[in-house]
Amino acid sequence: MSAPETHMMEVLATKAEARSLSFYYGDFRALQGISMTVHERKVTALIGPSGCGKSTFLRCFNRMHDLYPGNRYEGEILLQPDNTNLLAPGVDPIEVRMRIGMVFQKPNPFPKTVFENVAYGLRVRGEGSRRRIEEKVEQALQDAALWEEVKDRLHQPAYNLSGGQQQRLCIARALATDPELLLFDEPTSALDPIATASIEELMHDLKERVTILIVTHNMQQAARVSDFTAYMYLGDLIEFGVTDELFIKPKMKQTEDYITGRFG
Amino acid sequence: MVALMIGVLTFAALFVDMAIDGVGRLSWDFFTNYPSRRAGQAGILSAWVGSTLVMLTTAFFAVPLGVGAGVYLEEYAAKNWVTDLIEINITNLAGVPSIVYGLLALGLFVYQFGLGQSILSAGLTLALLILPVVIVATREAIRSIPQVIREGSYALGATQWQTVRYHILPYSSAGILTGIIIGMARAIGETAPIITIGALTFIAFLPPAPVKAEPPFISFEWLLSPFSVMPIQMFNWTSRPEAAFHANAAAAGFVLVLMTLAMNGLAIWLRYRLRRNIKW
Repeated sequence: MSAPETHMMEVLATKAEARSLSFYYGDFRALQGISMTVHERKVTALIGPSGCGKSTFLRCFNRMHDLYPGNRYEGEILLQPDNTNLLAPGVDPIEVRMRIGMVFQKPNPFPKTVFENVAYGLRVRGEGSRRRIEEKVEQALQDAALWEEVKDRLHQPAYNLSGGQQQRLCIARALATDPELLLFDEPTSALDPIATASIEELMHDLKERVTILIVTHNMQQAARVSDFTAYMYLGDLIEFGVTDELFIKPKMKQTEDYITGRFG
Repeated sequence: MVALMIGVLTFAALFVDMAIDGVGRLSWDFFTNYPSRRAGQAGILSAWVGSTLVMLTTAFFAVPLGVGAGVYLEEYAAKNWVTDLIEINITNLAGVPSIVYGLLALGLFVYQFGLGQSILSAGLTLALLILPVVIVATREAIRSIPQVIREGSYALGATQWQTVRYHILPYSSAGILTGIIIGMARAIGETAPIITIGALTFIAFLPPAPVKAEPPFISFEWLLSPFSVMPIQMFNWTSRPEAAFHANAAAAGFVLVLMTLAMNGLAIWLRYRLRRNIKW
């Protein structure tokens, strides 16, 4: 939670940029031509009432929609520094997901051991060296502030962990492969307040090295963790700006109504 | 509950009756003797060896085919009318009377492919018969895996095959194994299709051994050998006039029912064991 002036003084680098991005579930146009920038090593929050398209938008970044038939993208998402359009027909969604990690709404550890959960991303990349996998797993668990709690039970099933630990395990799993951008889809909505606080604290530490894009339905959470906030409504991006400014002095009437609780 | 009890009690009564009739005939010799004209010396050696070999052949064909088809339909096939058609067909195939499979096998395997009245023909026939059971069990098991697990795997950059290999198959293995065993338990008791393709009712030799003393040590001659199976042996004995053979039939039936129950028990145990390690 840095003060707004620090943002103004730093030079902001762009990590990803959506350009007139529209998304269709069959004939239904769920995103209405969104243009928005995700700044490097910052936390960007997407807020808005249920059904506003914030999760749909998030899932465009790792091409999650490709898993289901009838979905279609229009426009582009440019990932920097190489200026790759993630949505281009020639781009393999698997390549995209190798660079962009995701943490889901409900902790979804695989029914395997703690170790295997974190090692999985390395294994699918063909990492064969046992030693390197062990190093990476330990590093990722440490980065996810979970190492101390699980180091003695790495080879026990992951479902023995508490909900908050499971979610941190999912974060470690995503971190193990060094993603450039990490997507969080309402990561704390299934967690208690203490676990939520630990995840938020973790996000604050993580942004030193990875860009974070988070969907949240909790405005206080957006205010606490993010540097930038985007307010979405009915598939449109209504307002995007520095979090502290957006919450204190929103430019749009709609945004103000939403954040003051008069609407949504 | 009452309906259930009627079923269970009827089965128990029949089973006990059969056990009383047959248990006197159960001895080591009964398992190691060939059938004989003298009821007291007759045994089920050729029948249980035949049943075992036919089951192995059945599993060899039905398991990869059935699991493969189930995985394909759930994970790969596009959701369109072709898939729907296949789906309806599989459901219907499960309800086709087994004698129809026997007739198909007689025409196709025995004559068209020239496989003869062999263990291979029987195995293929029973494989066809239980294929729908295996496919349906595989699909049910796969469908019970939450979508978030698949998404979690894909989100880490896994390919579809990696997702199937590391997640879908391991997590559905309990359900798939249960389906396979239940299918096999059904196949082991099937008589009609096996008779149709021409299994022998009286056979006093074993198929050639699969392992040999001289190279290449492994032989598949047994696949083309004539054979008998447990239910046919029973059928043969019950159609004899002498009461002593009826006791033999009861004993063989007792063994067959025990085998079926053991397989079902194994299915339940495996399901329990494998499920214990999987929670979402």
